[in-house]
Amino acid sequence: MRQFWQLYKRNRSAVAGLIVLALVIVMAATAQLFYPADPFSLVGRAMSPPGQNGFLLGSDSLGRDVAAGIAHGAKTSLLIGLLATVVAVGFGTIMGGLAGYYGGKIDDLLMRTTEMFQTIPSFVFAILLVAIMKPSIKSIVIAIAVVSWPAVARLVRGEFLSLKNREFVQACHTLGMSDVRIMLGEILPNCLSPIIVIGSLMVATAILIESGLAFLGLGDPNIMSWGFQVGAGRTLLRSAWWVVTFPGIAILITVLAINLVGEGLNDALNPRLRERQ
Amino acid sequence: MSLLEIRNLNICLPEGSERERAVEAVDLDLAPNEILCIVGESGSGKSLTARAVMGLLPKPHVRVVDGSIRMDGEDLVNVSDARMRDIRGSAISMIFQEPMTALNPVMTIGDQIDEVFRFHVAMRRKERRMRALALLDDVHLPDPEHIMRAYPHELSGGQRQRAMIAMALALDPKILIADEPTTALDVTTQAQILKLIKEMQAAHNTGVLFITHDFGVVADIADRVAVMQQGKLVETGTAEEVLNNPQHPYTQTLIDAVPSLTPRPPRDQSEQPVLQVEGLTKVFRSGGSIIGLGAAERTVTAASDVTLELRHGETLGIVGESGSGKSTVARCIVRLIDADNGKIMLNGTDLRPLGRAEMRPYRASIQMIFQDPFASLNPRTRVGKIIMQGPLLQGVSQTEAQDRARELLSIVGLDERAYGRFPHEFSGGQRQRIGIARALALNPDVLVADEPVSALDVSIQAQILRLLDEIRERMALSMIFITHDLRVAAQVCDRLAVMRYGEVVETGPTAAIFADPQASYTKELLAAVPGRTWRAA
Repeated sequence: MRQFWQLYKRNRSAVAGLIVLALVIVMAATAQLFYPADPFSLVGRAMSPPGQNGFLLGSDSLGRDVAAGIAHGAKTSLLIGLLATVVAVGFGTIMGGLAGYYGGKIDDLLMRTTEMFQTIPSFVFAILLVAIMKPSIKSIVIAIAVVSWPAVARLVRGEFLSLKNREFVQACHTLGMSDVRIMLGEILPNCLSPIIVIGSLMVATAILIESGLAFLGLGDPNIMSWGFQVGAGRTLLRSAWWVVTFPGIAILITVLAINLVGEGLNDALNPRLRERQ
Repeated sequence: MSLLEIRNLNICLPEGSERERAVEAVDLDLAPNEILCIVGESGSGKSLTARAVMGLLPKPHVRVVDGSIRMDGEDLVNVSDARMRDIRGSAISMIFQEPMTALNPVMTIGDQIDEVFRFHVAMRRKERRMRALALLDDVHLPDPEHIMRAYPHELSGGQRQRAMIAMALALDPKILIADEPTTALDVTTQAQILKLIKEMQAAHNTGVLFITHDFGVVADIADRVAVMQQGKLVETGTAEEVLNNPQHPYTQTLIDAVPSLTPRPPRDQSEQPVLQVEGLTKVFRSGGSIIGLGAAERTVTAASDVTLELRHGETLGIVGESGSGKSTVARCIVRLIDADNGKIMLNGTDLRPLGRAEMRPYRASIQMIFQDPFASLNPRTRVGKIIMQGPLLQGVSQTEAQDRARELLSIVGLDERAYGRFPHEFSGGQRQRIGIARALALNPDVLVADEPVSALDVSIQAQILRLLDEIRERMALSMIFITHDLRVAAQVCDRLAVMRYGEVVETGPTAAIFADPQASYTKELLAAVPGRTWRAA
């Protein structure tokens, strides 16, 4: 662990990303403390510029506090990003692992299925899924997971393919170990690094998709989200720039921070890159 | 007057490496028309010395810190990059260990030879072509016209190495550096390539710097020998002196560790068979698909009608070159691969038709030792757990398995502290010991060892062979020992089976096969063993 941190901190921008990400997480966790009211409630004069009428970042056309929206929206973004990634990585790992380990017909079947999902443009597919299922946190998480898992499956399949022929795996066969134990106990730990890396980058993509969906009005109507704020304020761009700008910056910074962290994890976990510096 | 003069060469390693200098205070001379062999084990700095001459060190962390390398009086250490490029290929050229990776896979052989001419001399296209054809003919490649148009993957390993040699000699270099040029080749091909290098060297008056770890090769090819250990030059002298009367203790241990070609005295034989393989056949299929799309199906018969018998307490060697199917047979026997046909009778039970679950109870009685000690241990599992896994799967209690693992560690000559460590903390030889302990943990009757020492240095190899011998005596094991090295086979095996193209061409007691080989292929193999005249007695 200590050694891992040594490797990780060599990448300065990754450390910066981690700090920013930590701040976003703190913001999401303390949103209730600083803005105990519902972020949808109308708390003051509409269209107040930042710093006036007690609004730190201004208010929107209905008098909702933009800052409160951002704080509460952080929770939504992180939650959905994380949940969708966990589901996608879990499902993708199972599919890819089985395909890579067993090969042959099972591989053909699973990989053709994966390709079917990959042929549909992912954002359009996500819109379609949410529209069919009725917008809610659950349906958004499912939609994002459904469009994200094929990448994980392909990656894990490749890792399993190369690892299953390694001699240490064959040695386990000669000991009479069962397939499940070989897959979970022997092969999987050896391909955790790339999975962690792709997972961390996927959180960023998931946040973007969620914001996109909310922007189009397909977000959960009961939950404040950055995408929703941008979507609601887009008609006011010229008269009240702050309504879209601050949530937009929040999305930008969070996604950037997560990408930097993912990049840093990649540098630290990938033994081939370790010697690069 | 020497062609190449290396004085007080020092090459540093990146910080935090095992030692500070990869090469320390090395002095070497190479005369024209001479073959100088640099011998040493892995990590001795022999390859880096050669690369320093070519100016091919992985800079900036590995670089020459002190000393000079002079070729005809010109110092190659401080020469400009442009000049070095000029020298490479024309005055000094190099052949590498693995011709498949040293040649560009997407260019034809003809184009690659042509490049050498184009970069170094002004010549007409037609003339260049004639020269290339003549070169390919010189290295005895059949049908040079065809080879010119071929891509590297279309040639065999030996042919690729010949093409590499043709390319290296294209501009009549004064110095040829050969970095383990035959290590990746089969013995019979190796013998041909060594002969070719010698012939070319004599014809062109080239000085050859030949890097190798194999004393047999040295005996075949060297005029002079330099022995390196841990970056230092420990002994130089003529081949005659060094091979037959080594002065430095390290050279002596190295030469002593080379297994003799004289088979060891036969041991008492039991007639009772443990394992009988009858008519084992395995065909690999690739390509093809259910609905007839994609590439046509290709089949390779890796084992055809193989019949073997392993008697109680003996070591049966399976020898053969790469592609002979010896590893396939081993993997079929331990049921890593399903054979298509035949019988694998272990103590009267046919293992071949058993399913995975039915096979489980028999797993313990037949265990395998793998070739690559770096790939055969899970890098994320502690050594103790690696050894315990087998017994635990067979239902032995945790404490009992732990005690057994500790006991096995001491049997294979490892410290008890190894128990809680990870595999990467150990050297190749130590890892192989861990692999052996894992195989022994289940108290097998039969041990299948697939090239267990071919990835190891010669001194380590001798230790592991001794360990295997001890264990076999102590545990009354029967062993199938797969190797491509006839020297090792002579020292380890009671009986031999010689394989070629998936078939067993000859079986018999080791001494009998060495004294009087019947099959022509066996004769060829024996004749190709490097250094067979040296230390034959």
